[in-house]
Amino acid sequence: MKRRAMFDAFVKLDPRRMWRNPVMFLVEVGALVTTLLLLRDRTLLQLQIAFWLWATVLFANFAEALAEGRGKAQAAALRKTKHDTVARRLTNDGGEEPVPASQLRKGDRVVVEANQLIPGDGTVIEGIASVNEAAITGESAPVIREAGGDRSAVTGGTIVLSDRIVVEITSEPGQTFIDRMIRLVEGAERQKTPNEIALDILLAGLTIVFLLATVTLKPFALYSGGDVSITVLVALLVCLIPTTIGALLSAIGIAGMDRVLQHNVLAMSGRAIEAAGDVNVLLLDKTGTITLGNRQATELRPAHDVDARTLAEAAQLSSLADETPEGRSIVVLAKEQHGLRGRDLHDLGGHFVPFTAKTRMSGVDLPTVDSPAVRRVRKGAADAIDAFVRANGGDFPDDIRAAVATIASAGGTPLVVAEDARVLGVIYLKDVVKGGMRERFERLRMMGIRTVMITGDNPLTAETIAREAGVDDVLAEATPEDKLALIRREQAGGNLVAMTGDGTNDAPALAQADVGVAMNSGTQAAKEAGNMVDLDSNPTKLIEIVEIGKQLLMTRGALTTFSIANDVAKYFAIIPALFLATYPQLQALNVMHLATPRSAILSAVIFNALVIVALVPLALRGVAYRPLGAARILRRNLLLYGAGGIVVPFLGIKLIDLVLGLVGLA
Amino acid sequence: MAFTKVALFFLLVAVTTKPIGLYMRRVFCGERTFLDPLAAPLERLIHRLAGIDAKREQSWQAYALAMLAFSMIGLVLTYALLRLQHVLPLNPDHLGAVGPDLAWNTAVSFTTNTDWQAYVGESTMSQLSQMAALAFHNFASAATGIAVAIAVIRGVARQRAATLGNFWVDLVRATLWILLPLSLVAAIVLLSQGVVQNFDTSTRVRTLEGATQAIAQGPVASQEAIKELGTNGGGFFNANSAHPYENPTPFTNLFEMFLILWIAAGLTYTLGSMTGKPRHGWAVFAAMSLLFLAMTSLGVAAEIRGNPLHHLGPNLEGKETRFGAADSALFASVTTAASCGAVNAMHDSFTPLGGFVPLANILLGEVVFGGAGAGLYGIFVFIILAVFIAGLMVGRTPEYLGKKIEAKDVKLAMLTVLIFALFVLAGSALATATNAGRSSISNAGPHGLSQMAYAYTSAAGNNGSAFAGLNANTRFYNIGLGLAMFFGRFFMIIPVLGIAGSLAAKKRIAESAGTFPVDGALFAILLAGVIVIVGALTYFPMLSLGPVVEHFVMQSGKVFG
Repeated sequence: MKRRAMFDAFVKLDPRRMWRNPVMFLVEVGALVTTLLLLRDRTLLQLQIAFWLWATVLFANFAEALAEGRGKAQAAALRKTKHDTVARRLTNDGGEEPVPASQLRKGDRVVVEANQLIPGDGTVIEGIASVNEAAITGESAPVIREAGGDRSAVTGGTIVLSDRIVVEITSEPGQTFIDRMIRLVEGAERQKTPNEIALDILLAGLTIVFLLATVTLKPFALYSGGDVSITVLVALLVCLIPTTIGALLSAIGIAGMDRVLQHNVLAMSGRAIEAAGDVNVLLLDKTGTITLGNRQATELRPAHDVDARTLAEAAQLSSLADETPEGRSIVVLAKEQHGLRGRDLHDLGGHFVPFTAKTRMSGVDLPTVDSPAVRRVRKGAADAIDAFVRANGGDFPDDIRAAVATIASAGGTPLVVAEDARVLGVIYLKDVVKGGMRERFERLRMMGIRTVMITGDNPLTAETIAREAGVDDVLAEATPEDKLALIRREQAGGNLVAMTGDGTNDAPALAQADVGVAMNSGTQAAKEAGNMVDLDSNPTKLIEIVEIGKQLLMTRGALTTFSIANDVAKYFAIIPALFLATYPQLQALNVMHLATPRSAILSAVIFNALVIVALVPLALRGVAYRPLGAARILRRNLLLYGAGGIVVPFLGIKLIDLVLGLVGLA
Repeated sequence: MAFTKVALFFLLVAVTTKPIGLYMRRVFCGERTFLDPLAAPLERLIHRLAGIDAKREQSWQAYALAMLAFSMIGLVLTYALLRLQHVLPLNPDHLGAVGPDLAWNTAVSFTTNTDWQAYVGESTMSQLSQMAALAFHNFASAATGIAVAIAVIRGVARQRAATLGNFWVDLVRATLWILLPLSLVAAIVLLSQGVVQNFDTSTRVRTLEGATQAIAQGPVASQEAIKELGTNGGGFFNANSAHPYENPTPFTNLFEMFLILWIAAGLTYTLGSMTGKPRHGWAVFAAMSLLFLAMTSLGVAAEIRGNPLHHLGPNLEGKETRFGAADSALFASVTTAASCGAVNAMHDSFTPLGGFVPLANILLGEVVFGGAGAGLYGIFVFIILAVFIAGLMVGRTPEYLGKKIEAKDVKLAMLTVLIFALFVLAGSALATATNAGRSSISNAGPHGLSQMAYAYTSAAGNNGSAFAGLNANTRFYNIGLGLAMFFGRFFMIIPVLGIAGSLAAKKRIAESAGTFPVDGALFAILLAGVIVIVGALTYFPMLSLGPVVEHFVMQSGKVFG
């Protein structure tokens, strides 16, 4: 990758490209001028200055190319998942025709069956299937994708595990999210973000100021009875203009996008990442974000005519082979409360009935000792069990119905247990707040970000969980309209809002939010509305995205400060060197005691070039970010990059001067 | 002793900042003040006569246009007056018409609150010309500056607003409520100390040597007050505040210095008060104080130490003995920190470092307190730049009191820095490169460079003080410095109003722990640091060939012919 970047560094010398970066363009012009002057003054100094000016430009180009290369490599790794498969496109007369996946267009409908790759990004319009999305998320557990709901979006390159679905392709070839992201990184479509434009203006302004300061130095020098050569003036100019930040500015931006991509998030623009740094209100859905999506059994409530132990036994039996976290938590609860030991379903001769999206129940079929009939133990949602017992000629008792209502109203999930026609009781599944959430919210608070929990729960339950999780605010019984209204309200109060969402009814809110992260598992509408897509569908990732955004802005500010602070030392190196012949007394300004005027000028130029290379890793990695208040971050960074920026070049230039003296180049 | 005086003077400014700042807030927010019974009827009368609709607010463009129209009319009228003074009344000495280039220079000079005087008043200007130039513009240009500063503060304080206030209303209020009453009180104080106030003819006296001397008389005290209060600096006498009739005692010296800084210092409090962030106002005050105390100490120390070649102790050349080295250096720092330009000693005769201080004060952008109003809107540009550069470092889009600083704001802020640098550097360079420029200097070598640089710096910074030694009444300097003054004033005000308009239109972002802090010591140091860095990086090469090298040369014992 480095070799490729070195090659690109030369390609980027094209003035038409360099023009986009006025600071480095001026350096290139300076390099050209000194090179042409080489025809007249064939001195070693002239040659060295010309060489180092070209090096300065090349280093800048190299940094940009390197950042681009890393982004491309990351994107390519994602793109690799899209094997060029043959898709089964539905024709208008209802038949099928084989078409290469790369030729699928928006609106095409394709059939995908078990063990086939989904040929492109799209929406399920028919059927339901479990899909393995490990290719993009790295998570091996299959997910359900079905037509008509909030889980209808599928991504190209993922594998259907069961059933048959019809997918409508939603992107033109080369227009998928990943394709877009790659183009963003590659630069062809990279648009400068608002902050980048403002910074560019500042840098261009400073460049003109320094141009004035150096150009007018010629008449001042002539008046003073000395003279300065064009080459030396060019060298001074290049040292003064903010080349450090000018060289690394685009690399910093691309690296920010790279980092977002490393987190498996596709950003639609650099602007979105920047906006993430500005966010001060975070809307988080409760389920799956703040609490574990899977709930834990905390209580067993038997029906009025059922013994508690009987319920516990049935609940345990139905969950023995159930490997979901909910199932395991039931087995644990039965053991804790009733001392029921785990049993092996095989020994009992039982047969596990897994949960399906259609039945929404799971359980076991057990042989009975005295009859050929089987005991059918089931657990599931109240309405599913209701249907089950009625089908077996039973009834759904009122006390259970009441218990279900109580649990649901307290924010829990009731799971009804039944055996054949008889309802035994209810398992109380409860939300459990994820570990470490409290600390994360604390961290956000220190960054000045307020978190608001969004939940469909009633206010009472919502408050309970909010307190437990340590969020700042809560929006209970939230409808999509409420969500949208909340965002508008926060924005009217001067806040910048970030949120995650997956459903179609989240789309307006995602569009309204300043930063909207759509889950990859969400609907196409949600993805279109947001400005980022999280391939892992992990809502807490918003926190990382915010940190990346902040880091991006901080890196720019830090290097700008560093770059400007550097000039102090360069003046002390070059000014006395320029006028030592006219005013020997100016030696007093040569605080670094640089050996000779030639060495002083050359050392400053070399330092100016090398500092770019030295800072490439920092530009790509970003400055260290800690969630402290703005005042403390400012103090720390001012000390590090402001004060540091003044001190470091004094040492660096002196060191280069010593080396030049040793090797005899000055 | 000398530094105790500096500290005492600074303390006087510091404790009076809040009362005047609060008062200005009340005046411009239309709150009740004790002067209302007197000033309000006058205001109504002026509004009715001039057809001002006090209720109608202006967009930044309209505000700028009104300011420009007012200034241009003043400029043209003054020019015409000077050109025609030989046919106009109040010309007892039958002085001829002022030449075109000098008339241009003088008209611009007074319109822009610079008060650069390329002429000798007594022998060039008729009484009418003097009165128009001094009396009218001293009030008008200062009131204009204060009005613009208030418009800028409104831009920061308001949100989602399309207007910045009404220029005409602000202009009248600044005059009736602030400049007129304060200068009246100040004049009485000066009068009590022996400053003259009469319409007598010159007094003829026989001196100790037996020669006859004509001592000019006139309404000095009233002119003196507004000269300082409005940071104009144009003296009644050519000797300015070195003249015993303008500045007779150490007390008047202290009082005049106080008047120079008072409004500028007070406006920092007005900024804090009107934006609801008093601590921010104090932070700006602290940044200005930091620079002021550092520069003043340097200057005072240099003058007390004097020239080592003479071994005479403090440098007293070109100074009034009743003030001495320290008070003169302090006055020089005050008058250049604020863009006043009144002088009580000849800056040209200062030691290199002593002369460096006034020059550097102006080069920092006239924001170390700065002129009446001009200082505040000047430092506003640096606040924008400081917030932008350092604001990124806290990981958010830079914001100033909840207003995002965007490309347009940075562009306008950089424009003002560029215009100032252009006129100082290109003007000085042109002077050094041409015979027209060089023929006016009175010293060769670095000191000559300082003289030329000081002229363009003083003009572009709208200061108006001179490094003396330079013969400024030439076509080259009259035209060139006139342009520098013109652009230095209006190409500062218009972009600054543009930024204010842009900020006023923005929504205020809620404050949080992640918000860039613009109060407290850290911000004050940052702001001062940005001002120094921008100034130093821009002017270091020029300064190094002027006062800096002169200093080292002096240390080494060399003199220039």
